[in-house]
Amino acid sequence: MTGRESARRSSAPFSAERTGAMVLRYVYILRGSWPRIIELAYWPLMQVVLWGFISKFLATNSSWVAQGAGVLIGAVLLWDVLFRGQLGFSVSFLEEMWSRNLANLFVSPLRPYEFVVALSLMSVIRTVIGVVPAALLAILFYHYSIFDLGLPLIAFFFLLLMLGWAVGLLITALIMRFGLGAESLAWIAMFAVAPVSGVFYPVGTLPEWLQMVSWALPSAYVFEGMRAIIFDAAVRWDYMLAALALDLVYLAAAGAFFLYSFHVSRRDGLLMKVGE
Amino acid sequence: MDDEPRDDAAAAALGAPRFSIEVRNLTKSFAELRAVDDISFSIASGETAALLGANGAGKTTTIAMLIGLLIPDSGAITVLGEDMLRHRHRVLGRINLSSPYIDMPRRLTVEENLKVFARLYGLGNIAARIEELAEELDMGALLRRPSGTLSSGQHSRMALAKALINKPEVVFLDEPTASLDPDTADRIRTYLMDYQARENATIFLASHNMAEVERMCTTVMIMKGGRIERSGSPRQLIEHFGRANLEEVFLDIARARGAQ
Repeated sequence: MTGRESARRSSAPFSAERTGAMVLRYVYILRGSWPRIIELAYWPLMQVVLWGFISKFLATNSSWVAQGAGVLIGAVLLWDVLFRGQLGFSVSFLEEMWSRNLANLFVSPLRPYEFVVALSLMSVIRTVIGVVPAALLAILFYHYSIFDLGLPLIAFFFLLLMLGWAVGLLITALIMRFGLGAESLAWIAMFAVAPVSGVFYPVGTLPEWLQMVSWALPSAYVFEGMRAIIFDAAVRWDYMLAALALDLVYLAAAGAFFLYSFHVSRRDGLLMKVGE
Repeated sequence: MDDEPRDDAAAAALGAPRFSIEVRNLTKSFAELRAVDDISFSIASGETAALLGANGAGKTTTIAMLIGLLIPDSGAITVLGEDMLRHRHRVLGRINLSSPYIDMPRRLTVEENLKVFARLYGLGNIAARIEELAEELDMGALLRRPSGTLSSGQHSRMALAKALINKPEVVFLDEPTASLDPDTADRIRTYLMDYQARENATIFLASHNMAEVERMCTTVMIMKGGRIERSGSPRQLIEHFGRANLEEVFLDIARARGAQ
């Protein structure tokens, strides 16, 4: 294939090859830096160790935890899916900002939505690298397997990832618009979601007005759904459908905001100015 | 540059636009600053053209608009016959850019960086193209090195390899030989001229190196305050201003002296 033939092919509206090229680029980064891979797994492992011991203590001092063995470890693992999902998305984008590579990407045939798909795929890869070792550690140390949740676990995983992508899209849009001064949002934004998601306690624990906020978040349905399986052996499909509907709404809104920010960045000449 | 009436029918008969780049009444402001002020020009296919000007004259802003990184306030840009404001994705695979204002991931090796961009441009035989560029740009020994460990001259060659990875029909080069030693810079110029002749490519460059521009370019546009103050071939400008070389012409215009 000549360069000019490939150039004609490169005007296709969506290209798996271009998306794959971006994933390859992030895999090269991960492969070339073992401290980065260790860092991905480090925090989830530490969280499981911490919450494992808290669970052991509370199992003998709290009837609620005693009735639902593993509820806290399951919660922390699913929380890490949400947090790592968002972080994996945002950090992959930040790699482009840190290396001043955005302009190179956007003078190539890469489309913004192909870039977003690549970031989402990297979010899955980074989340799996981070959370699977922690899940295995929970089996080994505390005899709790999150895989006992069965097939709903797959739904929980993707429902939380989708919310992570939506928040990640929002953050990357803000970073693209306001520069690396907004970088810290990538590490802190998700913690605003945690208290109202009912990660470690039922949504009913919250004040009534805050419960309304909680039920507007897909994550609240996932964590309530997890507790329904652990405590009542019931699979709440209604919760899953509600979470999916909310995820789609948030993803659409965040995607539109990302594209708007991309337009503003092109209008204001920000794509050539970003960097460390 | 060619401002003669267009013969679109003749161009169409040849199957290619007569001009690689056409700009009409291009304007861009940032807040109160008018960075580019109503400029118009056309660059014929296969031509090497240069945009000169002092820092802040509007060169980089102009190039950013030509390649679609920056949306103009008003005006029209056509590259390879396509409207860049409406259909830039039809043409992005046929053009490329090298600029000192942008970089590539420093932890990736040179080869990894080039592989990623080769895939982004949808190239077929990627290994062969990288090998070809490595040989032409004398960078075979650099392929396995992380790009963050390269000297500035080696880094410039990597950036140039990326800019030529897709054999672009139009290549935009911002300061292509800045930070290169005279020997390497001379080889790069020779290589670019060979590439331009071999591929009948259009080269559009911004440079502060007047000797480089005199040697490589058939058309020169000198910008000042966002406007094109003068344009023509290097020889025409030198004769018009009665100077010995392009650098003296540039200084005359920058300091507002000489022929009007």
